[in-house]
Amino acid sequence: MSTTHMNAHIAHDEHHDHDPAPHNVFGFWLYLMTDCLLFASLFATYAVLFMNTAGGVSSKDIFELDFVLVETAVLLVSSVTYGFALICARNHKRASTLMWLGITFLLGLTFIGMELYEFHHLIENGNGPQRSAFLSAFFTLVGTHGLHVTAGLIWMFIMMVELVKSGFGSRTVTRLSCLSLFWHFLDVVWICVFTVVYLMGAV
Amino acid sequence: MSILGKLSLDSIPYHEPILVTTFCVVALLAVVIVFLITRYNKWGVLWNDWLTSIDHKRLGIMYIVLALIMLLRGFSDAILMRTQLALATDGDPGYLPPHHYDQIFTAHGVIMIIFMAMPFMIGLMNIVVPLQIGARDVAFPFLNNLSFWLTAGGAILINISLFVGEFAKTGWVAYPPLAGLQFSPDVGVDYYIWALQISGIGTTLTAVNFLATVFKMRAPGMKLMDMPIFTWTCTWANILIAASFPILTAVLALLTLDRYLDFHFFTNEGGGNSMMYINLFWAWGHPEVYILVLPAFGIFSEVVSTFTGKRLFGYKSMVWATASISILGFIVWLHHFFTMGSSANVNAFFGVMTMVIAVPTGVKLFNWLFTMYHGRLRITVPVMWTLGFMVTFTIGGMTGVLLAVPGADYVLHNSLFLIAHFHNTIIGGAVFGYLAGFAFWFPKAMGFHLNVKLGKAAFWCWLIGFFLAFMPLYVLGFLGMTRRLNHTNNPQWDMWLYIALIGALVIMAGIVFQLLQLYVSFRDRKENLDTTGDPWNGHTLEWSTASPPQVYNFAEIPTIHDIDAFTDMKEKGTAYVRKDNYAPIHMPKNTKAGMAIAGCVTVMGFALIWHIWWLAALGLLGGFISLVSRAYTSDVDYYIQPDEIIRTESAHLDSNNVAKG
Repeated sequence: MSTTHMNAHIAHDEHHDHDPAPHNVFGFWLYLMTDCLLFASLFATYAVLFMNTAGGVSSKDIFELDFVLVETAVLLVSSVTYGFALICARNHKRASTLMWLGITFLLGLTFIGMELYEFHHLIENGNGPQRSAFLSAFFTLVGTHGLHVTAGLIWMFIMMVELVKSGFGSRTVTRLSCLSLFWHFLDVVWICVFTVVYLMGAV
Repeated sequence: MSILGKLSLDSIPYHEPILVTTFCVVALLAVVIVFLITRYNKWGVLWNDWLTSIDHKRLGIMYIVLALIMLLRGFSDAILMRTQLALATDGDPGYLPPHHYDQIFTAHGVIMIIFMAMPFMIGLMNIVVPLQIGARDVAFPFLNNLSFWLTAGGAILINISLFVGEFAKTGWVAYPPLAGLQFSPDVGVDYYIWALQISGIGTTLTAVNFLATVFKMRAPGMKLMDMPIFTWTCTWANILIAASFPILTAVLALLTLDRYLDFHFFTNEGGGNSMMYINLFWAWGHPEVYILVLPAFGIFSEVVSTFTGKRLFGYKSMVWATASISILGFIVWLHHFFTMGSSANVNAFFGVMTMVIAVPTGVKLFNWLFTMYHGRLRITVPVMWTLGFMVTFTIGGMTGVLLAVPGADYVLHNSLFLIAHFHNTIIGGAVFGYLAGFAFWFPKAMGFHLNVKLGKAAFWCWLIGFFLAFMPLYVLGFLGMTRRLNHTNNPQWDMWLYIALIGALVIMAGIVFQLLQLYVSFRDRKENLDTTGDPWNGHTLEWSTASPPQVYNFAEIPTIHDIDAFTDMKEKGTAYVRKDNYAPIHMPKNTKAGMAIAGCVTVMGFALIWHIWWLAALGLLGGFISLVSRAYTSDVDYYIQPDEIIRTESAHLDSNNVAKG
């Protein structure tokens, strides 16, 4: 009986330390590739429709590059700070993980705030997504990225609650690694948004 | 706006006799089923062992049950259409008014592709793939259950549309601007959108799950080029799903924005471009047909090699042919709308690419022929489906090459020739394949054999019925009849329309035989048990388990030395080995979380269709809470102890020794 128990124990440890984590991270990476194709479809739609301004504003008229540059910088820095959070998490340092996650969260929130401000500004001036196909495509592409960032923030918040309440459990680091992939992935998508939508649109 | 959004008593079509009758029949069936479950006291079994199950084998069976139910629904639609077209000739309006008829052909297409063929394929994949690669389950068993319930949620939505409101009248492709708010202001297109969206997300998650499974969980020694061919074809299908379903998700989301928030992606006004929808739709839609047919090719390969008792001819070329079909499948989507008016060069490119696909497909056909060559083919039901496929599909493939010529396509576009062509490939290719797989793996999944006589009767009805129903459609296409006509007035067409109806009735006989076969086989199951686990002298690992397989699949994960791993084990005498000790097996526990999440999402979908915003918010919130609470449940696994494993394994080995005398 005690051997059985021992075996169960060994198998249990194996399960938690080796098996699931690589599956989870790999599986999550596969999911991200499907998400990537979702964005690809939206980019294609934007590329096809961005000339269709229906007599309204075009991309040359509405983008404020300085503003978007700051927005971009905020998001890119948040990827760096998330990297620090993950290094701390891998060493099971709860306090510093929480601190870096907190900083990342605030940066992400700033990014979303700036995006909402930009959207609000456009809509207020009569350039909402209902105005033309160009604006529909713009709001959808940028907004989908924004929704993803928001989802990332909610996830990050839940992870912070988990860390505060119960510290590092068997799955915490795996989850933080997946969130890390997600967060960096959103950065990559944003670089494409910045290039294709804002830079190429403004010049 | 009222608290129930657009939903009111007028949304219930109680003034349509056909729908009321259908509703009564469905309600009666439901009462009978509820009564039977209560009478035999099976609610506990149904809930604990099936609905909450995260066992890939049981999920696979549930997928196939879903597929068969939806086959009946989709086929009723087909019979209604064929009857209407046989009656509504020479100026007669028939019995189905256009607004009803249009819903029927839309529902028929959506159901047969998304809710019959896909669940059937994914069901077979669920049952077989983990067993073939020597794994105990998929990489994410809970996610697998969630995927199933998302698919079921979509199916439930599309069936609700029958009795609450209406379904889309746009054709299964739902092209804007017809599918836009201006020309389809009712809820039909919204049903279409949310049924597809919810089940599509389930399908995407399935692909992620199975890709992680085959890449991370193959038994030791099994290199990628040692994977059984069915697993390979499923893997390519999963790559196609992962690469194409997000496009569907995106295009449906854009159509949603057009309809709900007045965006201008595909509208006539505001600079919208409806051709963008059609491009995106087929960038998903064309890979989709290969998602359906590649696993069927895998099934034929398994069947041919098993029943000739030979190794599959040209395994590597089979894998590479599958790969090239998958990749080429992504660069042919424009052949669905040559008439869009792209330049001659663009059309020529897509035409040539389409014809090129015939080459790897031909490779496959020759491989099957060469496998049979000098083999001793046992004519069983799976083999009959395979032979029927080889003849039928070849015709469908050749008419496809014909349609791939842009010049010819300009004449045949949207004609019944096209309808005949794609039914020829989907029925003659995919469906025959699934039915072959159904007959092939049934004893494995259920533990008893299917009745052979009824199986053969079903096959002959399907085959003959198929030719009777669809060959006339080729003729009608040449005679100029276009698709989606509600009534006709051309005496030249009449005879062919009558023949097509007779064909549909013969197929119906095939379906009846199939249901009868299930019933009779279940009734006589005690006499037809498969005690060996290896009824066909199989080549691959799934046949090394008991029938039905042990809950943990493999007491010990086998080490693989050959593509035909089980044949290799049988030859070396390592197939059935008694052990006196096993390590405990770590297993996931069943959970109702998948049902809770998918249930909330389905409620959200229904609420969005009817613009009941508070309920939609509630559904979303419920789904989110169920997801998070699942993530923080720690009681998710258990161990099967060695003494129980020894008991189970001994039972399997004993019955095998008896069987082998």
